[in-house]
Amino acid sequence: MAGNHDHGFAHPCPPWILFTTFFTLIALTILTVITAGQPYLGPFAVFVSMGIATIKATLVALFFMHMFWDKPINILTFLSSFFFVSLFIGFTLLDTDHYQNQINAFPREPLIIPASAAPAPPPAATAS
Amino acid sequence: MAVAEPAHDTDHDHHEHGEFIAHHFDSAEQQYDSGKLGIWVFLVTEVLFFSGLFVAYTLWRSHHPEIFTQAHVFLDKVLGGINTVVLLFSSLTMAWGVRAAQMGRNRVVAQMTLITMVCAAMFLGIKAVEYSHKWDLGIKPASLWHYTGEHTAAVGPLAVSLGISDWLVTLSIIPAILLIAFVVVSVVLRLMDKPVWSTFSAGLAITVGGYFLGAVGGQLYMQASEGSSSHASRAPVVLHASSAGYQEQDHVAGQEKAVDSHAADAKAGEAHPDGNAADEHASNDHGTDAHAGDSGHGAHAVDPHLPRKEDLDQDVRIFFSIYYCMTGLHAFHILGGIAFLAWIFYRSLVGHWRPDYFGPVDYVGLYWHLVDLIWIYLFPMLYLID
Repeated sequence: MAGNHDHGFAHPCPPWILFTTFFTLIALTILTVITAGQPYLGPFAVFVSMGIATIKATLVALFFMHMFWDKPINILTFLSSFFFVSLFIGFTLLDTDHYQNQINAFPREPLIIPASAAPAPPPAATAS
Repeated sequence: MAVAEPAHDTDHDHHEHGEFIAHHFDSAEQQYDSGKLGIWVFLVTEVLFFSGLFVAYTLWRSHHPEIFTQAHVFLDKVLGGINTVVLLFSSLTMAWGVRAAQMGRNRVVAQMTLITMVCAAMFLGIKAVEYSHKWDLGIKPASLWHYTGEHTAAVGPLAVSLGISDWLVTLSIIPAILLIAFVVVSVVLRLMDKPVWSTFSAGLAITVGGYFLGAVGGQLYMQASEGSSSHASRAPVVLHASSAGYQEQDHVAGQEKAVDSHAADAKAGEAHPDGNAADEHASNDHGTDAHAGDSGHGAHAVDPHLPRKEDLDQDVRIFFSIYYCMTGLHAFHILGGIAFLAWIFYRSLVGHWRPDYFGPVDYVGLYWHLVDLIWIYLFPMLYLID
């Protein structure tokens, strides 16, 4: 943890850590582009891509943002935001899932398109 | 970051190296730790700020996945990927700058901050190419949407002569003014014998130059990929390639039909008429303009690889509302980041950083990494849908 050294509180990150992190991030970026849309992933594609994104985000936070060496209070503060985001997303999804059947019971009305380019409205379809 | 201001009176000399230590702190380390907690709290508010958009995205994707699979063909993975690499590289130089500040190497901090700013501007330049391409297609948020499957060709003389979008010219006006202004100011300050401010202004000029680097690079890529028609060929929905057969179908109204035959003409005629002949029929009246493609390269150029508008769900525009909100908010954060980085750049030129005083570099670095972190999620969420 910071602040326990004899000389100052600056802890310069060794270059090899910075470069290793960077090249790992580039490799993961290439990996996520390659795996996106691979048919064998099927419905799991979104989980794979978001999983890779989370690994990348963790690497950035740990090494570029020095969280690996940071004080617990700072780490706790930052991670708490993700807890609240998950509450936000989770409860909103629960709520909308609850009412989705009622929404789907009605056909969607075609949009009124203001411009001159108004196309023939697509046939009213229920949401998937 | 007010704590970083120099203390006003001379009564603080009992602090060791206390030039920038505010009175209410016991030590440089206490000041640093307080600022660090403060910036982490700020980053928490930033995450929550963006989370509303993430909720909108999650809801629409879970309930209406079909509009995402229809919309993603309009997003170019390569440009998005290049932007990801640009931002990751800027994060590396930022982290390197923080390291240099911790070691008191002001010159290196200035160089690394400058590279970071140039990367940020490059990101915006590539983004400008992407946005202008979409706006030409009528892919705009919500009620502004007027997608017809056709490019609106350039009208302005500069855009026509360069073969680029009118929107790209419009977006580049402010950067162009800034570039000239910063160069002039830099020269004037040099003549007035203010070398630090002159270098600062030159750095900002180089930063704006990064925008044009990104815009030119992105534009060249766009033209190359349109020439080879690779960028939209992955479209899984019904393509224009089948438009001859599609014309037999019934629900196409008269005007639509005219556009269809135009589509077939353009397809048979010239593969890439975009931007090279706005002379004969430079109307922006999208969609209803049946004879624009008579000679194969009129004001509207149908890209045979784009989905037909009849095949798109009416709610595809919702995807683009979310897309523009998310990437637009992110782009504003990039702009803000450039402003903060410029402040760090100036203070590096003056030589403020020391092993016991580097907090502002660290704080701006944390903000910059968060902007990168958000893009790390936006890239697969928006560009890598299949």
